[in-house]
This record gives sequence, C-alpha cells and structure tokens, in this order.
Amino acid sequence: MTFFLEVLVGGLLSGAMYSLVALGFVLIFKASGVFNFAQGAMVLFSALTLVSLLEKGWNLWMCLGITLAGMVFLAYLIERIVLRPLVNQPPLALFLATIGLAFAIEGIAQAMWGTQVHGLNVGIPDVPLNVKGLLISEFDIFTGIIAAVLVAALALFFSKTRVGRALRAVADDHEAALTVGIPLRHIWVIVWAVAGIVALVAGIVWGSRVGVQFSLVLIAYKALPALILGGLDSVPGAIAGGLLIGASEKLAEVYVGPFVGGAIESWFPYMLALGFLLIRPEGLFGEVHIERV
Amino acid sequence: MQTSKKWFSILCVAVVSGVAAPVATVQAADQFVPVPIYRTGPYAAGGTGIFGGMMDYMHMINERDGGVNGVKLTWEECETEYKVDRGVECYERLKNKPPTGAAMFHPLSTGITYATIERGAADKIPIVSMGYGRADASDGRVFPYTFTMPINYWNQNTAKIKFIGTKVGGMDKLKGLKIANVHHDSAYGKETIPILEAQAKKYGFHVKHYAVAHPGLEQKAIWLQIRQDKPDWIILRGWGVMNPTALKEAARVGFPSNKIVGVWWSGSEEDVRPAGDSAKGYIAAGFHPAGTDFPVIQEIMKHVQNKGKGHVEKDRVGTMYYNRGVLHGIVTVEAIRTAQKKYGNKPLTGEQVQFGLEHLKIDEARIKALGATALMSPIHTDCRDHEGGGMVKFQEWNGQKWVTITDWIKPDFALTRPLIEESAAKYAQEKGIKPRTCK
Amino acid sequence: MIYREAGQFKATYSADQALFPIRQDQVGVAILLVIAYIVVPFVGNDYWLGSIFIPFLVLSLAALGLNILTGYAGQLSLGTAGFMAVGAFAAYNFAIRVPAIPLLLNFALSGLCAACVGILFGVPSLRIKGFYLAVATLASQFFIEWLFTRVGWFTNYSTSGVISAPPLSIFGHSLSSVWSRYVLTLAIVTVMALGAKNMVRSSVGRAWMAVRDMDVAAEVIGIRMLRTKLLAFGVSSFYCGVAGALWAFLYLGTVEPQAFDLARSFQILFMIIIGGVGSILGSFLGAAFIVLLPIFINIGSGMFGHAFRADTITQIELILFGGLIIFFLIVEPHGLARLWRIGKEKLRLWPFPY
Repeated sequence: MTFFLEVLVGGLLSGAMYSLVALGFVLIFKASGVFNFAQGAMVLFSALTLVSLLEKGWNLWMCLGITLAGMVFLAYLIERIVLRPLVNQPPLALFLATIGLAFAIEGIAQAMWGTQVHGLNVGIPDVPLNVKGLLISEFDIFTGIIAAVLVAALALFFSKTRVGRALRAVADDHEAALTVGIPLRHIWVIVWAVAGIVALVAGIVWGSRVGVQFSLVLIAYKALPALILGGLDSVPGAIAGGLLIGASEKLAEVYVGPFVGGAIESWFPYMLALGFLLIRPEGLFGEVHIERV
Repeated sequence: MQTSKKWFSILCVAVVSGVAAPVATVQAADQFVPVPIYRTGPYAAGGTGIFGGMMDYMHMINERDGGVNGVKLTWEECETEYKVDRGVECYERLKNKPPTGAAMFHPLSTGITYATIERGAADKIPIVSMGYGRADASDGRVFPYTFTMPINYWNQNTAKIKFIGTKVGGMDKLKGLKIANVHHDSAYGKETIPILEAQAKKYGFHVKHYAVAHPGLEQKAIWLQIRQDKPDWIILRGWGVMNPTALKEAARVGFPSNKIVGVWWSGSEEDVRPAGDSAKGYIAAGFHPAGTDFPVIQEIMKHVQNKGKGHVEKDRVGTMYYNRGVLHGIVTVEAIRTAQKKYGNKPLTGEQVQFGLEHLKIDEARIKALGATALMSPIHTDCRDHEGGGMVKFQEWNGQKWVTITDWIKPDFALTRPLIEESAAKYAQEKGIKPRTCK
Repeated sequence: MIYREAGQFKATYSADQALFPIRQDQVGVAILLVIAYIVVPFVGNDYWLGSIFIPFLVLSLAALGLNILTGYAGQLSLGTAGFMAVGAFAAYNFAIRVPAIPLLLNFALSGLCAACVGILFGVPSLRIKGFYLAVATLASQFFIEWLFTRVGWFTNYSTSGVISAPPLSIFGHSLSSVWSRYVLTLAIVTVMALGAKNMVRSSVGRAWMAVRDMDVAAEVIGIRMLRTKLLAFGVSSFYCGVAGALWAFLYLGTVEPQAFDLARSFQILFMIIIGGVGSILGSFLGAAFIVLLPIFINIGSGMFGHAFRADTITQIELILFGGLIIFFLIVEPHGLARLWRIGKEKLRLWPFPY
C-alpha cells in the first residue's frame, strides 16, 4: 500500500512537470488558435540561454532578466516574421509554420550557445523527504507549487484583465477581433512572450533535473497527451491532464509494465488520452464546438 | 506571387549549381577518410567530441609526420544528424572519393552500422565500429569487412561482471547477488541481454532487465521499482539524456551511486555533469581513460590545438569522447600503415585497408611509440578475430573529473567467443553468406 | 501558346474522362516516364540512383499515402511512420516465414497488413477531430514503435531487434544491383501513383473531399462517414505500408523500429505541405524538396562554408531548413503544386499574355 501511494504521489508530481510544458501550448492555442509545436524548442532556447549566461559567472537575477528579455524579443520576432504574414491562413499552415520555427529556434540556440551538455543548479533543493514512510522528492513538491502558482496567475490573467479577455476574443476569430478594435499584433506578441516565460520556467525546472541539453525539446512529447486530455484551450485542463497522465502512466508502468515487457511509458499516456477523447472529443475541459452546416 | 516565383527560381538555380559543381578538393596522392559526423541534435556532444578527436589526431599526423609514410590524410565531414538514412547517404556520397575511395567508414551510430555492414561488404569498404555496433561482427569469417576493435559490447559486459566480482571479493561471491540491468529500449540497449543471462547462469547471480523508454527523460516508475526490488548492483546502459536522469533518480530513491556501473556510452563528462552531486562516486567502463597527460594528446596540443587549428573546442581535449576519438584516429592510421607495408606507400583502397585492419598488431612497444601508454590496450586482429582482444578500465567520477580506479581488466573471451560465433552463424545462414575459411 | 488545349475536342465521354485529357499533359507524362525509366538509369550513377532517387521515390509514395488521408479526406495524421513500420516488419516476416512468397505479392500483403492496422487506428477519427485527432494518432506511432522493439517475434528474436532484408529476386532476376532496385521501385510507385490519381476522381475520392470540406455537411447529403473515413485510413495506410516495405527492402536493407520514429512522420507531413495538400503531383514535388534540401545544403555548405566553423555551418543548415519551410508557407500556402498550376496558366498565354 505504501508503495502504491509512493508511485501515485510520485506520478502526480511528475504530472505537474508535464503540466508546466503543456501550459505553454495552451496559452498560445487559447489566444491565437495556433498549435505551437515550437514550444519544446522555446524551452531549449530559454534554458540554454540562461545556463550559458550563468556560466559566465553572472548574478542569477541578472541572467534571468536577460533571458526574459530575450524571450520577449523572440516573441516579437516570431510575430513579425512568421505570424503576421500568415494571418487568416488555415490552422494547418500555422501548425506547420511552427514546426519550421522549431527547427530554426533549435538551430539558433545551438549556434549561439553550442551543443554541449550543461548542468543547471538554481538552488532548488533535491533531497528525498521521508513523510510517514513515503519517499517524496522535495524538488518535485517545489515543482508542484510552481505549477500551481503559474496556473492561478494565468487563470486570473485570462479572466480578469482586459488583455486576457482580448486574447480570448482573438482566439475565437482573428478578423472579428480586429474589427472590434483589438490590436492583433500587440496581443500576439504578448501571448508569445508569456508562453516564452512559461517555457523559461519549464526550462529551469526540467533543466535542473535532466541537464540543459538538446533533449529538452523532446519533453513536448510528454506534454502532448496531457494537453489533449485536458483540452487544448483550457488552463486548468493542462493541469488536470498533466496530473492524470503522470499518475496513471507511473501506475501503469509499475503494475502493468512488467507483464508486457516494460517501457510502456512511451505510448500509454497517448492511449489513455485517446480513450478519454472517445468519450469527450474536446478533452476534459476543452470548449465544445457545435458544428453547423 | 511575382516575388515568390522569383525567389523560387533563384532557389532552383542555387540548388542546381550546388549539385552540378564538382566537389573536388582532394589532392591526387592523399588517403581519404570520411567523417560522418553529427553536430546537431540530442547526441551532438558524442559526434563532435569523438570525430573532433579523430580529426585532430589525423591533422597532427599530417603536420608532424607529413602524413602516413608521406601519404597525407584528407577527410570530409558529412552531417548525419544521427539518422540512419542520412548516414547511408553520407556513406554513398563519400565512398568513392578520389583518388582511391574511402579507406574505411566509422558509422558512429548503431543504426548506421547495421545499415552499412552489407554495403561495406559489397563495396569492399571496411566498416569500423569501435566499441559499438553488432557484437557478433567480431567474427571475421562471416563479417570480413566489419570490425569491432578494440572490444565489443558483450566482452565489455563480461569485464563489468568481473569488476563487480572483484568489488564483492571474488567471482564466487557473485552467487545470489541481484543485478539490475537498466537499459535504453533500443537495438543498442538490448544488445547485452543474452550475454547477461548467460553470465547469470554461470555465476549464479540474478539479473533483472528494466527497459527505459526513449529518450528517457522520465524514469520515476523504473526507479521506484528498483527501490522496491533492492538490487545489489546496477548496470546502466544508457545513451544521451537517459544517463543524467538515471543518476539523479537513483540518488532520489537513495541508491548509492558507487554501486552503479555504466557502459562507455554512459561514461562521458556530458553524461554525469548535468546530474551534479548525484553522480559523485558513479563508475563507468571505458576502453580508454580520460585526461590530457598522455604524450599523444600533448603532441596534438602542440601541433594542432595550440596553433588554433583544432576541430573541437580546446577545453574538450582530454575528455572521454575526445580521447575515444584519438583512439579512432590511432586505429585508422595504424591500419593504413599496416596495409602500406603490403601494398606500398600510396593511397590505398578500402579493400587494401581491410588487410591492414585485419593484421593490426598494436603491442605495448608500439603503443609506447605512439605515445599512448595507458591510453589504450594492445590490439591484435586476425582473419577470425576482428575485435583484437581489447581490455576495459573502470573510472569513477569524483565530481570534477574521471579517475581511473582499475588496471586493464580482461574480458571473459572464453564465454563470449562461442556465443559470437553462434550468432554470426545464424546471420550467415539468414543472409546466405558462406563464411570464409581462416588459416 | 505552348500549353493551350484549344482545338482538342472530345467526342466521347470516356475521352473526356481520361486520366490526362489534355494532349500536352499526355506528352508531358510520357516524357517524364521516358526520363525516369530510361534516361535516369543510364545517366545516374549508383550514388544518385541508390541514395537520392530510391529514397525520394519511396518517400513520395508515403507522402502520397498521407496526402490521400490528409489532403483528400481531411484527417490530420502524425502516425505515418508507424504505418510504414507495419509494412516493413510485415514484409520481413512474410519473407522469412514463407520464403517462397513472390516479392510483389509480399509487398502487397504488407500493404494490406498496414491497411488493417490503419483502419483500426482510424476508428477514433469518427469522433475526434482536428489537432485532437493529430495528437491521438501519435498513440499509434508510439505504440507501434514500442511493439516492434518489445515483441521478439516480429524481429525473429534477433538480439538487437534489427531486421534485415533477405536476398531479393523478382521473376528469377536477382535484385543485387542498384539499377534493378531503382527500376522496381519506380515501377511500383508509378502504378500506385496512377492508381491514386484515378481513385481521387472517382466517387470515393469525391466523398473524401466532401468529408474534408465539411464532414457534417457531407453526412447530411448521405455520405456514409464510417465507410468513407475508414476507407481513407485503409488506403492511406496501404500506401504507407508498401512504402515502408520498400524502404526496408529496396533502400536501406536493414531497419530498426527507430527508423520509423516520429521525425519520419513529420518529415512526410512536411512533404505534403510543401508539395501541396490534396495534390498527387505535390506529393512528389514535396518529397523531392524535403529529401534533397538538407543534402544540397550540406554539400553546398561544404563548398562555400570554409569561412565558418564547421559546427556553426550545421546550425545554419538547420536554421535555413526551418526558415525555408516558413518562407514557403508564407509565399505559397498551397505548396509547390500550386506554383506548377500557376506556371501552366502562364504558359497558356505565353508569349502573348493579353
């Protein structure tokens, strides 16, 4: 029983880490209807920038500031070069453009900072805690708190602020939003910048866990099932999806894995998400679209 | 639309001219060696480090000795991105480079090795997979054009069990021990499962295999299981990001890092540095140590790196990957040198270099002359044995650098050789290959 | 002037419904086939045939398969490489378990296996749409990759899980030369491309397009959703499966499951976007673009790039690749096939564009 609980708690905390990445996807989808495949590359870019600056021996807060400025600048460039010319193109074209963008960002990040593997230590403690016989990582709890704070902040941002509401209008219809006077360009820069900041947070957390290296782009694949399970356009959905995926994939790997040869973590989350989607095609919290002829 | 068409035509012209223009910078009397490098992607550290060391060594031979017996070495990089189809394209593009074609091909990836073995045999170009690839390719009768020197995965694994044996106080003490094999879920990762099983039977220890899904960013489930199973030793057979993640997770479940023994693809600086303190005390196998205090590395510093002509950043000289690359260079050059004894001091074809690879005799005296004492173990290949009897050293990560903690450990050739021959025979039968007879 | 169909009268319905009704097209296709079958094998060397043309043709076939599903039936899929893997592993198992099986029959059966798997994974498309479906198709991608890595039976219990093609022959001729493999690949691809062109203008193809444009509307006018969508998945996977078998048998010779990873799926998706969604010709143009571009950039940078450090060049290649994709999407979201169509319009009037 203790073991079961340990796996469950460990899984939930892993799930929080997936949510951090999924959040970045949700933000951009919610505000621009773009399925941003470059989110993983943005995580790499931000983490690599931060760690390379840190290795110059600079102050942590200064490095964070510079990296943030870099992410905002990147958002500006993306809006200027990629999104603006593609206004009102089909979603598929935008999706593909973000894949192209992912290649470009990966190339830029590696050209700027090299392909070496870096360790990152921003002072998050990483010692196992023993809570009544359960082994829980302090680091993971820390991550969970970060995810919770981010979600709360974003939820407030979307529902309570003017910009947040404008974002939702843009997501519904680019042209209609333009018509009622929402400055589309600013809005896009803002949302991509916010996604960039979320990417930085994810980059710091994942980077201090597995090292800052190219493989960070692959964490996108861990986030995708959480994303569709929760609903592409729902911030709470990203969290719920992440937790659900994290917990169930760990339980499955431990209790089902040994009977089928193990390493089922690669596909199990997708199958689970698929199962949920068959019941709710827009994810758990996604907005239901009614189709009319 | 007008602009787009213009751009399109410019692009077309650029592309066509790029292909049509001859790519001939090779001098007539040079020996050509292809370099199918990967400088981008998740495994770039390995690609740049190993080929960087190899190119630095070949460059040093050119600068210091004026080439191999007067024959200068040339090479051309081809980016594979660690992808099989790109690697095959590189092989095909570079195999017929003038004047005599590729001397040999270092695939530096399990997948590319598998895909080029048959091509190499058909084109008579040696495929040299140093410390990776198919273990059974060590049987030179079935695989005349594939080489696995200095040592293949299976023998490495037996050396590792021997090492664990010495740690627990004798091979007889292995009985009843629990060893966990945490491996990457791929062709590379699964390669040692049968040999571990065979050894478990021989020595009476229990082995359990844990497959980690690619790429291995998330391993919590595996390590919770390991905590539950409480093995005595762990063999880590990872690649890329899987390694630091495993070390971190091990620390998190409280498994001591000095009871984890990694393979040589889990034993570079890049594998442990991201894990920080969790990696301290972790042990990895290697067919060479790290460090710069070998005469050959100093020569490279003098003739290449200090002149600013290095093929990799200066601060990476002496790292695990770099030194492995220097070893690649030594084997390449020595094979050419050996072949030149038979065919004369001129650029040789792959078929002629194959003779050199098959008659390598790098003994202690030769190693000393090369300035590589303690950097490599002797290699003696022949028609049957394409592995050459290399040995394994173990090193421990002290938080800053790798420290060698054992002398050369000899693998259990008596156990692996029959298995290699059996596996090679099965391959020969599947492929309809008639094994050569070796005198 | 050159491309003008004026004066070509059709006297019968069947003539009007021909695959290539315009004479210029007929001549063009004929010239293309002559070049592909006769000129290329004589002019091209082993490198060009074996490392450029064969992978180009095989990936064109896979792109064609995806284009049927995504371009014509409107179902976005990221599982293409998984279906290719099914084809490759099926072909391998047929070949070693039934050694007497003729090669072409083997390819056809492998395609059918892939089709069955495709139909199975197509079932969710009846309920899930758009990006949700795209991500859900990743389930098939990852599951299939895992299955072939894990289950020893599929790889005949080889220790490493790598399969390799047995010696091939067709009608008694050995396929050991690159030339013969090229011609066989070309023949298979030609037949299947013509088949696809035929299919998409049939009632099936029109049903697919109706579903693509709006599936609710299509259902209202009486198109059976179940049959149409699953058929699209089946046919598409058949093409991908054959492509996978060709990739393993005629191109690489050996294949591990990782050869059909997600990167391959994306590569093929790129091909149809760059080439043209919903265009047979586009599949080929896109495949040429995506296969050749990195190689040409690599060769080109090797020639001009001595000014830069080698690792910078590699990253520039990557940036250039990504940039060109974005560039193409911006200037021509409908792909290279659309440029070709515009070119034809121009040729119609040229040299007197009034």
